Amino acid sequence: MATKILLDKINVPGIRSYEVYRQQGGYSSVEKALKTMTPDEITEEVKASGLRGRGGAGFPVGLKWSFIDKKSGKPRHLVCNADESEPGTFKDRYLMEYIPHLLIEGMITSSYALGANLSYIYIRGEYMWVFKTLERAIKEAYAAGWLGKNILGTDYSLDLHVHCGAGAYICGEETALIESLEGKRGNPRIKPPFPAVSGLWGNPTVVNNVESIANVPWIVNNSGADYAKLGVGRSTGTKLISASGHIKKPGVYEIELGISVDEFINSDEYCGGMMDSRPLKALVPGGSSVPVLPAHLIYKTANGEDRMMTYESLAEGGFESGSMMGSGGFIVYNDTACIVRNTWNFARFYAHESCGQCSPCREGTGWLEKVLHRIETGQGTMEDIDLLWDIQKNIEGNTICPLGDAAAWPVAAAIRHFRDEFEYHVLYPEKVKNRDHFMNEPFESIKHLITN
Amino acid sequence: METNKYKQDINITPELQQRIDELLSHYPSDKKKSALLPVLHEVQDAHDNWLSTELMDKVAEILEIKPIEVYEVVTFYTMYNQKPMGKYTFEFCLTSCCGLRGADDMMEYTCEKLGIKPGGTTADGLFSVAGVQCLGACGYAPMMQLGDFYKEHLTKEKIDQIIKDCKAGNIILHDK
Repeated sequence: MATKILLDKINVPGIRSYEVYRQQGGYSSVEKALKTMTPDEITEEVKASGLRGRGGAGFPVGLKWSFIDKKSGKPRHLVCNADESEPGTFKDRYLMEYIPHLLIEGMITSSYALGANLSYIYIRGEYMWVFKTLERAIKEAYAAGWLGKNILGTDYSLDLHVHCGAGAYICGEETALIESLEGKRGNPRIKPPFPAVSGLWGNPTVVNNVESIANVPWIVNNSGADYAKLGVGRSTGTKLISASGHIKKPGVYEIELGISVDEFINSDEYCGGMMDSRPLKALVPGGSSVPVLPAHLIYKTANGEDRMMTYESLAEGGFESGSMMGSGGFIVYNDTACIVRNTWNFARFYAHESCGQCSPCREGTGWLEKVLHRIETGQGTMEDIDLLWDIQKNIEGNTICPLGDAAAWPVAAAIRHFRDEFEYHVLYPEKVKNRDHFMNEPFESIKHLITN
Repeated sequence: METNKYKQDINITPELQQRIDELLSHYPSDKKKSALLPVLHEVQDAHDNWLSTELMDKVAEILEIKPIEVYEVVTFYTMYNQKPMGKYTFEFCLTSCCGLRGADDMMEYTCEKLGIKPGGTTADGLFSVAGVQCLGACGYAPMMQLGDFYKEHLTKEKIDQIIKDCKAGNIILHDK
């Protein structure tokens, strides 16, 4: 069995309760940190661990912490990003729902490292039952003396609360999240200033993903060096992967970074192989925003090397022939899936979720959605395919926040790798009228119609 | 605003006020506005799942902010309803894997069964059906949100049962 850091206790009966969590050694990192370590020593351990942000961007967590402004004298805050809204991603919910005290423990230890005395967990509003689970767990932690004034009799005090959003993907972007936590619309802020200098209520703030924070107790209990021994190269530790789509066993899996994509999809320990044993057609390895990979680039890179579950290997080949680790939202497609329909589905999502602040994204996401819908329903033209390429290029890099890029990349990758499928929709409109058009007649079986 | 077309009885009960006070205690006393999103959820839940202009004004008064600050938030976030909704609102996730694994079929089946279109409400005010964007349950598709909870791995049989349970009053909507 592979090493598990986050889910090793997930099957212990009653682990959701404070008592069982504590009996299993929970909250020991808080004791160790507050009684034997300085805040800077913890930051150094997290730096040494090589832990990278698990929300999608993969920025080193320890480095992010080191940017927090400690000189201004203003109060500092740690905000946990539990907005989890990237299509294909459902790992943070799993952690919070089944082992809520792990996140709370991580929040206390991490807040101590940052010198934060008031911290928040920002959870998406749709996870309302998880919001209430966390509220109850926080009350238990207060009652047991892990939160509040002078924790464990030390000088350190921390108040921790959970805050809920109300249905807006954009609030997963850290500055939009802060706006939302201030009771406003989720419009991303222009950076700089970065939250580390001016975040929540203008105070220095660090925003970290749930999974990132949940790794901190293990790093403090063991060491950054021990964490860095797991994984490969700059992809250290373990990663939660949300596996979904046409596989035998969808679900949340903790992998040690560095196993092969082949093993992840086909071994019984993880996805268990393809659903109904149908052929693999495409993979979105890191949530809806990352480029889709066609079958021949999934198990092997363009150079013929094995594709591994690491930040580097998934990105191998750049956007020409690679993709990204992203949030670990691993969506598998078999031959009955329609890439055009799926791309339209994603485009509809981004058009719906654009906050409307920047014109390239506000207008562009709507155009992408309309043009893709036209092609998918057999009303498109060949020029539409080039138009899509043009629109996505004009969104990418031209917006305040990365939602614009996130909307552009899946479209670009779909055209890059599956152009023939778009052309098929244009040339054979009567064949794509039914939304399940590849269910009985997979594209592979009719591809010859357009190749020559 | 659309809300002006409908009437709503406003009642901030002592229990609701107590819950609002608890939420307010989570933020510094000079940052009451921060409690806006959670307070709106509580107020909406206690008022048949929608927010009239009058109710939004009441929230503004409680948080000591301008009404426009509430309106702009309510119109931005999809979970706040600006018109009466069915007591049981089925929100089907249509994104990504849900779309891949039959969400459209499930929503169509439900609409047909209830005799309404997506976005519509039954005449008795009991049910609404809506298609929504990714709910973060991709591994358990197709699924829908009902109140505070998710109903996952949906089948037509499961939907039949859920509708039956709603009619019999056997569905818990809120996790108190």
